[in-house]
Amino acid sequence: MADQSMTAEPAGPAGRAPGGSRLSPRKKQRISRGVQYVILIAAVVAVAFLTNWQGLAQNFAKMDVARQAFPDVFTVALRNTIIYTVGGFVFGSLGGLLLALMRLSSVRPYRWIAIVYIEIFRGLPALLIFLLILFLPLALPGFEVPGGTYGQGVLGLTIVSSAYMAETLRAGLQAVPKGQTEAARSLGMSHSRAMISVVIPQAIRIVIPPTTNQFVSLLKDSSLVLFLGVSGEYVELTKFGNDLASTTSNATPILVVGLTYLLVTIPLGYLAGRLETRQAKGR
Amino acid sequence: MAHAVEIRDLHKSFGDLEVLKGVDFTVDEGQVVCVIGPSGSGKSTLLRCVNLLEQPTKGKVTVGGVELTDPDVDIDAARRRLGMVFQSFNLFPHLTVLQNVMIAQRRVLKRGKNEAERIARDNLDKVGVGAKCDAFPPQLSGGQQQRVAIARALAMDPELMLFDEPTSALDPELVGDVLSVMRDLARDGMTMLVVTHEMSFAREVADRVVFMDGGVIVEEGPPDQVIGAPQHARTRTFLKRVLDPTHAEDDVSAGQDGAAADSPPAR
Repeated sequence: MADQSMTAEPAGPAGRAPGGSRLSPRKKQRISRGVQYVILIAAVVAVAFLTNWQGLAQNFAKMDVARQAFPDVFTVALRNTIIYTVGGFVFGSLGGLLLALMRLSSVRPYRWIAIVYIEIFRGLPALLIFLLILFLPLALPGFEVPGGTYGQGVLGLTIVSSAYMAETLRAGLQAVPKGQTEAARSLGMSHSRAMISVVIPQAIRIVIPPTTNQFVSLLKDSSLVLFLGVSGEYVELTKFGNDLASTTSNATPILVVGLTYLLVTIPLGYLAGRLETRQAKGR
Repeated sequence: MAHAVEIRDLHKSFGDLEVLKGVDFTVDEGQVVCVIGPSGSGKSTLLRCVNLLEQPTKGKVTVGGVELTDPDVDIDAARRRLGMVFQSFNLFPHLTVLQNVMIAQRRVLKRGKNEAERIARDNLDKVGVGAKCDAFPPQLSGGQQQRVAIARALAMDPELMLFDEPTSALDPELVGDVLSVMRDLARDGMTMLVVTHEMSFAREVADRVVFMDGGVIVEEGPPDQVIGAPQHARTRTFLKRVLDPTHAEDDVSAGQDGAAADSPPAR
């Protein structure tokens, strides 16, 4: 903004519209900026005065309620959130890799299956998938998801993440130069050997930054485990916060849980950013 | 004695574009054959058809008595006997130099770790990059990378080496290192098929030079004949452009036969 007005200045006198206002663009911008600051300060002051700070503190930052959340918020809730997320991520990556390879396969039915899966499960809300899992035993009597509650949560996240991972990995596989496959094949490697030894390892390096972001969004999606009706030792962060907020009739646990999420997601976000810059430099 | 490479009536089209329009030629065991010609003449495609990186549209490719164009041939097994060196090196950037040379030995030839490493080090020493074993390819100069690529191909004990413009992507001062490795290889009796723009190399090392233009072989024979005294106007025009680019636009037909090759300096 500033240098824009600087560059405009030399042209100022000549560029002044005849009969128009006498203010140069630079002065106009300065006045407009001033007005914006005045409004902003007024709004901040109004919020500060009108807010019931005491009420807020009572509801969202009550120390003794916050204390009740510890240490379970870490030892149980965060631990479970991480179990669900890592489980969903690991199985989702494997499923995603399989789908990506099918999507790029020369076998047409494989491509179709992969496309249908990816389109369906990227297009559905994650919550709907969790509700489906909840009703699975009704649809298939006698069927039980292996691994109990953990299994259900991980299954839901796997279904969602494999669709997204498939697209990310497909992009990664396609970003590996064709010469790499040619070199591998010319050394006598079979197609699958070339994939395993040469193409996939490079594709994984390419997709590490976007995958880190995907991990973060999966971590947030793990809150949907709430809808599986988990309890006791299986609760993850959101369910934990929700339960404690109900029993104490106070919103503080929500705040505690929210901060716990940020404790994980913000560093991961920075990590993804750094990996991205490092990769951009390496190219 | 069968030819090391025998190509009969080879055609290759990309869509409507016919790149090879019926090529016949042979390479005998221990021979070095250089393929020269303007870009777009089909010489790289020809080379890539020899190890079936490109599937010929029509024709027969036989290497070491095995017909590669036979649909039932085990192409992976056949390719093991052919080494290929690319213009853009195509080293595996996620592996160290040593691992680059070891991976196909281990995974394809199923050699043990120690044996593969010994063979890899021998070959890397042979091409003069033995000191770079633990480096990753992007840390090397182009000339070093290309020599690693040659070592990688040699480690598979190929019967025939294919070179696809191996020096075209190199800085001029690095070309010599790669060419001298190739010269040594030729001296050791390796059968080689080389697509190149290095006329002095072709002249010195090749047993036969093939000039291609427009998807066909225009002229072939001993280097002194094809480069030294070309019979066809197209060959003369091409050689004049390559050997003396500054005066490429001068009238070629003005000189007598061989004038182009006589004009120094050949690089």
